[in-house]
Amino acid sequence: MQTIENMRVKIGLAEMLKGGVIMDVTTAEQAKIAEEAGAVAVMALERIPADIRAHGGVARMSDPTVIKSIQTAVSIPVMAKCRIGHFAEAQVLEALGVDFIDESEVLTPADEEFHVDKWKFKVPFVCGCRNLGEALRRIAEGAAMIRTKGEAGSGNIVEAVRHMRAVQGGIRRLQGLGDEELVTEAKNLGAPVELVREVKKLGKLPVPNFSAGGVATPADASLMMQLGAETVFVGSGIFKSSDPVKRARAIVSATTHYLDFDLIARESEGLGEAMPGLEISSIPENERMAGRGW
Amino acid sequence: MRIGVLAIQGDYGKHRQMLESLGQEAPLVRTERELKECDGLIVPGGESTTLTILLQKHGLWDPLHAFGRRKAIFGTCAGLILLSREVRDHKLASLNLIDLEVERNAYGRQIDSFIDRVRLDLRGTPGSMEGVFIRAPRIIACGMEVTPLGWHHEEVVAAENEHIMVSTFHPELTESTLLHRHFLTKVSRFLHD
Repeated sequence: MQTIENMRVKIGLAEMLKGGVIMDVTTAEQAKIAEEAGAVAVMALERIPADIRAHGGVARMSDPTVIKSIQTAVSIPVMAKCRIGHFAEAQVLEALGVDFIDESEVLTPADEEFHVDKWKFKVPFVCGCRNLGEALRRIAEGAAMIRTKGEAGSGNIVEAVRHMRAVQGGIRRLQGLGDEELVTEAKNLGAPVELVREVKKLGKLPVPNFSAGGVATPADASLMMQLGAETVFVGSGIFKSSDPVKRARAIVSATTHYLDFDLIARESEGLGEAMPGLEISSIPENERMAGRGW
Repeated sequence: MRIGVLAIQGDYGKHRQMLESLGQEAPLVRTERELKECDGLIVPGGESTTLTILLQKHGLWDPLHAFGRRKAIFGTCAGLILLSREVRDHKLASLNLIDLEVERNAYGRQIDSFIDRVRLDLRGTPGSMEGVFIRAPRIIACGMEVTPLGWHHEEVVAAENEHIMVSTFHPELTESTLLHRHFLTKVSRFLHD
């Protein structure tokens, strides 16, 4: 009973973030820029994904000093990332009082077999996915929010689109199945049959479904919202662009008014250079982040 | 009767579901034109800073203020913050449509969010419901013309004046329709104004 009630409180915060933009920030100054631009939350990082990619080596949880300075600077929720399976990093982040933990493929995985048992925590978790089966496995582990993985730090929306379409397509496919087909479908998805039944009944995931990885422009945000994302994470796209303040505001407006194309056209004018971006095929297989986790 | 749900940011989908479960048409409102077609409005939970910035940027702030002087608005959590007279330690403006002083994130961070019973007195009808408090604000002071509607322990967590109704918690995240039904009655009083 306690667990179910905890889960409702966790999903409750995810509900409040809907229709907004969550921005990656590395300093208190950036966090303030994000808040003043209308971000609903910030992700406190030591390095944004594009720099993690460039830097190489093992990427770990951020220094608590960075997280604490950002918590002091803003009143909106502050999120932070732990490595996949690194439950001790998650315990530390919970002790720091972060509002949401992202068990993230952007950091180097700590466990190649198991993710964190998220039911054990009071703080809610968000996890990445590439398809419906992966989303449901994370929800089974206690994730209160799901996001597409995209390809973080690439400035290229193609992977986020692929993953969002895969999740939505998987959900639509369930709508067409008979009840007698669900156990086999659960086996094929690698997901618990109870969750498969629930998704068939609801026609959507039982937790909010956000988009992440590769959003760089207001039109990218509108695209993901139209494909079924309920909120947009923007990682490197803002602070790797030439005019972060203007771009941050434009992406926030485009997310709220994602079907108002006159407005998005106005917001897209004169934003300066977007982040450079990477063609996915130019990223070596072993440096692609979306493939981490299972 | 058309009760709009302000769909700038936040859990507007949950309010819409609840209104529809009561057989109520619930259009989403993102523009002044959409607002004008409504008889009442719900301002949902979300991030109050985000809501304020976007309402001001896209020209909805003044129309919303004018709407609240003539018709009924129900604000939950961030919605309450927007509608209040004064927000402690906060640099952004509020709409000042109900004489309340409030404090944001008054219970702490997300790990301090909780669910607990709330005692209600809806103008002579006692009751109780589940209160979902998510990074919730606290009402620090109530003006003379404000009537308390709900309490958590001894603290006022829901209240109303002539046009405005507010709660610090999220009735839209529960099964209880008590507050939403109370709001429908309130909206109907201003239908012919």
